[in-house]
Amino acid sequence: MQPSSAPPVVVTQDLTRRFGQLTAVHPLRVSVQPGEIFGLIGPNGAGKTTTIKMLTTLLPPTAGTASVAGFDIVREPTEVRRNIGYVPQLISADAQITGYENLWVFARLYLIPPAERERRIRSALEFMGLSGVADELVKNYSGGMIRRLEIAQALMHRPRVLFMDEPTVGLDPIAREAVWEQIVRLRREYGTSVVLTTHYMEEADHLCERVGVLHRGRLVASGSPAELKAGLEQADASLEDVFVHYAGEEMELGGGYREAGRLRRVAVRLE
Amino acid sequence: MSQSVSSELISAVPRPHGTDAVLAAFTQVGAVVGLEARKLAHDPSELLLRAVQPALWLVIFGGVFSTIHVIPTGSYTYLQFLTPGILAQSVLFIAIFYGIASIRERELGIITKFLVSPTPRAILVGARGLSASIRGLSQALIVMLLATGLGVALNLSPASLAGLVVTIVLGSALFSTLSMIIASLVKTQERFLGIGQLLTMPLFFASNAIYPISIMPVWLRPFALANPLTYLVDALRNLMLPTPGGLFPLWEDLGVLFAVTMGLILLEARLYPRMAQ
Repeated sequence: MQPSSAPPVVVTQDLTRRFGQLTAVHPLRVSVQPGEIFGLIGPNGAGKTTTIKMLTTLLPPTAGTASVAGFDIVREPTEVRRNIGYVPQLISADAQITGYENLWVFARLYLIPPAERERRIRSALEFMGLSGVADELVKNYSGGMIRRLEIAQALMHRPRVLFMDEPTVGLDPIAREAVWEQIVRLRREYGTSVVLTTHYMEEADHLCERVGVLHRGRLVASGSPAELKAGLEQADASLEDVFVHYAGEEMELGGGYREAGRLRRVAVRLE
Repeated sequence: MSQSVSSELISAVPRPHGTDAVLAAFTQVGAVVGLEARKLAHDPSELLLRAVQPALWLVIFGGVFSTIHVIPTGSYTYLQFLTPGILAQSVLFIAIFYGIASIRERELGIITKFLVSPTPRAILVGARGLSASIRGLSQALIVMLLATGLGVALNLSPASLAGLVVTIVLGSALFSTLSMIIASLVKTQERFLGIGQLLTMPLFFASNAIYPISIMPVWLRPFALANPLTYLVDALRNLMLPTPGGLFPLWEDLGVLFAVTMGLILLEARLYPRMAQ
């Protein structure tokens, strides 16, 4: 963690979301410091994706609000959108066109000045190690390459905060480590703050300076992985142990038929 | 506005004002239309397959009805009367299933990526409508070639062709936006296809595409007059026939198409974000 005098890049103020009777996210208070890699961890259905969707202005909160990159997500959604990047959990690169073309579309949507467009596209491709396959159709990419392309897409406009929903779901261990490495480099070279969700505790442990543990829509603990593990009276505690401690139950993965279907579809498409 | 000094410095995306805002809109529309053009360039087979249906209608249906002279078409041959109708029908049949792309993009994560970009919703939706007209225009080319091959005399003056392009773009945008509205409401492929099938035939038969409104039963006429396809066909008859062959003046047809399209775009701009929730 770095000491910071700059204001946090994300601050939620009792951010809440209900779907009918179900409260997916109970009034949430978290903040993310500039340059920090922050992880929201918890099993499927804990409210991670709902939180990310609210912070990225895709889903209006039922109550409360949040400030992202200095702008209010409810009152200034367009300003928020200008300043964030988003890598959704599901595949978001278009398979029917090339990697270069995928970036071309978003360079224009983000209004990168025409004189700079080409250079930004090329440097994003290079940063993500995709220069050699830029002109191939994305349907011929491997899962790891698709993920890296999606990160490149989300980066071209130099966002202050990058949101990533389950960035390595469906990837094999090698591709997963490659994505981790890019995220760390990104922060190092551009100072981009990263908010990611994951249900892989190993990922949170490896990558995040601070994590928030979500359980059934409530933030039950937050802090650095080391702090959280040290807080347990148990030698060699893992983040799984932290979760079990605070949630009072095993971390049950699955999330029902719909969620399983989604994850498998991602996994299959990524093969 | 709670904009901090640091965000002012770091913020990488320019915030457009005035004429810049217009330029920005063009750039963003260009992105979406360019995306569609590139997709079709990588796999143009769809465009050729689409030529089959209008060919069947013109050659078989048109051939049969030309010989029996049962449909009063004024000073025109039945094939002349039918050609704009079949072109409008092809535009409708392609555009009405355009929303399936939204559903596919929703099942993946593509739609969320568009919606977190700073592109105004109405521009995203309007640009999708314009993208659909690439297919519509390729149909126009095919139908014109077919009709010319069948010896149908058409007005091929530059003014008429320019008007044809505008009309096809409007018609494609209208029905593809309608299709996207249905997609936003039903959200699944199965229901979407069902409703698409359900809609096409009534729209087609309750229009002046293959017979004039004057021979319709009285109860059907109000439906035909409320049907946007009627105005698309009418505009095309004004433009394509050697002398304007529409029921209404061209400006009236285009006015109706434009107004309906804008209304649908504004409605879908409100519904589209639901696809990411």
